[in-house]
Amino acid sequence: MENRYDLNKNLAQMLKGGVIMDVTNEEQAKIAEQAGACAVMALERVPADIRRDGGIARMSDPQMIKKIQKAVSIPVMAKVRIGHFVEAQILEAIEIDFIDESEVLTPADHLYHIDKTKFKAPFVCGARNIGEALRRIGEGASMIRTKGEAGTGDVVEAVKHMRTMTSQIRKIVGMGEEELMNISKELGAPYDLIQYVHKTGKLPVVNFAAGGIATPADAALMMQLGCDGVFVGSGIFKSGNPQKRAEAIVKAVTHYNEPSILAQLSEDLGEAMNGISVQSLSEDMKLSKRGW
Amino acid sequence: MIVGILALQGAFIEHVNILKNLNINSILVKNKEDLENINALIIPGGESTSIGKLLDVFHMKSSLEKKISQGLPVWGTCAGMILLAKKISNDERIHMPLIDITVVRNGYGRQLGSFCIYEKIKGINKPFPMVFIRAPYIEQVGKNVEVLAIVNGKIVAAKQNNILVTSFHPELTDDLRMHQYFLTMIQ
Repeated sequence: MENRYDLNKNLAQMLKGGVIMDVTNEEQAKIAEQAGACAVMALERVPADIRRDGGIARMSDPQMIKKIQKAVSIPVMAKVRIGHFVEAQILEAIEIDFIDESEVLTPADHLYHIDKTKFKAPFVCGARNIGEALRRIGEGASMIRTKGEAGTGDVVEAVKHMRTMTSQIRKIVGMGEEELMNISKELGAPYDLIQYVHKTGKLPVVNFAAGGIATPADAALMMQLGCDGVFVGSGIFKSGNPQKRAEAIVKAVTHYNEPSILAQLSEDLGEAMNGISVQSLSEDMKLSKRGW
Repeated sequence: MIVGILALQGAFIEHVNILKNLNINSILVKNKEDLENINALIIPGGESTSIGKLLDVFHMKSSLEKKISQGLPVWGTCAGMILLAKKISNDERIHMPLIDITVVRNGYGRQLGSFCIYEKIKGINKPFPMVFIRAPYIEQVGKNVEVLAIVNGKIVAAKQNNILVTSFHPELTDDLRMHQYFLTMIQ
């Protein structure tokens, strides 16, 4: 009766209400775990550095990922380039807990994403809207996250993506059944998944926030907008006091609805990451445009 | 009767939904005060290090330990089992050492080792769908612990007085029997 896809969606459920942190070495991984992260994303450079350095961003060195797997007991995720199924095969071979097919790395295929149904390991993918989310789920993703705009420290895109999804879900729920095929065509989303959303009013998988979250308030904002949990990339280890900020963001995700607690834990966190406003980015600098 | 679900991190809504199907009221437990209004508590699956940390920083651990020692019925699924175990053989972090068991964390390895199986549980008729997600198992039990289920030679469910623990996640299935079993432990 084993159903790998169900088990993979189940793991995503266990991550809910938690914070997944980008880490680039064992020390950072341990800090993240001690701060209460529910998982870590192992990568060589955080998005802010990838953005700064330019060039081609690829899957991380498996040796570095293995060191992080040894250093912590929580799930370890890692990124592959969009469409790069061999990078995904390599991560599966080292028993990664979750593969992020990510727009933060340079895409390897301009037309196709990875056929995720071919893998035993679970995948998380970014999405800007419901069509994109359902296409990724149709390809076998076990978890969705907003794309936001990684490496900026500007939460505006994550908000936009989450609000877009919520409003589209409401629209689909309110539609007549005879309208579903047409909206499926318009959104470029699988018909059966549109039917699922129509019936249940939600995505069939867990949906996290990602891309630009830098403060406890940002994290709580995304939770109040309906996300199941939060990814924090550059926001922690590019800040003045990573340990304290990491812990504050973890607490903020648990008590996202209690302003007095949020006020307390937002105090004296030191400097937040030095961000870039998304508005100032030219279109070709936006990572969230990657993905088809 | 009100069942509290510890809601610091993890899959707590799934338990709420199952209890709803059983017409049982539940509340999400997020702070010390919430512990005063409940007749039983479920500690859900999630990451034990994460939930343990939050129990600490929100100063809930000692009140919770006291309540359970005084007889509050409690059920830990997966991470919940780790949080209640007296000993963890591959981790020095002990959270609330209340049930006399030794647990192996991530006992089946990483996510690729996650699995589902139908097996028997003592006190429940007919096999039960057991979903194991990066699950722990019980390596050893004290003499006051009743073993409720063994899968492939490993103990995956046990009970000591008011404390129930399972390695697997009944809240991820639509089978209500394990929750019904827990409800019988509540006076």
